[in-house]
Amino acid sequence: MDRHEQHHIIGYRKLTGIWLVLLILTALTVAITRVELGGYKVIAALTIACAKAGLVIAFFMHMKYEGRLLRWLLFLALVTLAIFIGLTFFDVLYR
Amino acid sequence: MNHQEPKDYFGAKLGMWLFLFTELLLFGGLFLLYAVYLKRYPHEFATAGRQLDWTLGATNTVILLTSSLLAAMAVTAAQRGETRRVVALIGGTILCAAGFMVIKYFEWSAKIGHGIYPGSEQLKSGPPGESVFFSLYYITTGIHGLHVVIGALLLAWIALKARSGAVNASDYILLENGALYWHLVDLIWIFIFPLYYLVL
Repeated sequence: MDRHEQHHIIGYRKLTGIWLVLLILTALTVAITRVELGGYKVIAALTIACAKAGLVIAFFMHMKYEGRLLRWLLFLALVTLAIFIGLTFFDVLYR
Repeated sequence: MNHQEPKDYFGAKLGMWLFLFTELLLFGGLFLLYAVYLKRYPHEFATAGRQLDWTLGATNTVILLTSSLLAAMAVTAAQRGETRRVVALIGGTILCAAGFMVIKYFEWSAKIGHGIYPGSEQLKSGPPGESVFFSLYYITTGIHGLHVVIGALLLAWIALKARSGAVNASDYILLENGALYWHLVDLIWIFIFPLYYLVL
């Protein structure tokens, strides 16, 4: 692995910026779910949660600056998760 | 003291990520159970979920996001060789962890005080969906809380290492992996909060 990639330093200011965005997204989730949207609020809340998770993984966990191997492994783990959630629902919804 | 052992930096980080993937699948399984039972008992889940105090959940979300920021900053500080700052920032993360657990304690004890806990008479006599909701609530937040405690202990140990100089600008993989574990705790909570406190 390239040493430069491994040792990327993320500045305090950038990290604080990410944190602010995370707080804003949290406030947005609360606001959206206080309104009666029926089933849509589950989708909206989960979409925002995924965006927040993406920010945490990319910046706080440095994934944006990792090499290809780690990124592919993350992708593989998420695909595995999606497959077992997807197949379970295929069973639950059409039983 | 100063003989540098060759360290497989990437190998250490790869190992940590592989472990985190297994954690992801563990909590993924719990979220899957939640989703399947939400589909089966939508009304009972709504009644039960509204008994949780979302303001406490929101407070804990802010606390955990902040703790994650401090942990990420600690890694930056270590990379820049600012040892005292590393220790202070990890200290901040651990304080947040303690705050989180205190709020969790009040939440759980209030629920248990109202007779809501797995196997309680009140839940047994109520509709099965509510009982399932609270069982999932206790097991998910319980395992998550266990991770908070383990993560805080891990970070405390790493802070001691940093203070003695064992975690420094040329060797900070221990801190980086500890911080990764901590971020996972934050990551899981990002999903627990809307699912249990908000969407129902």
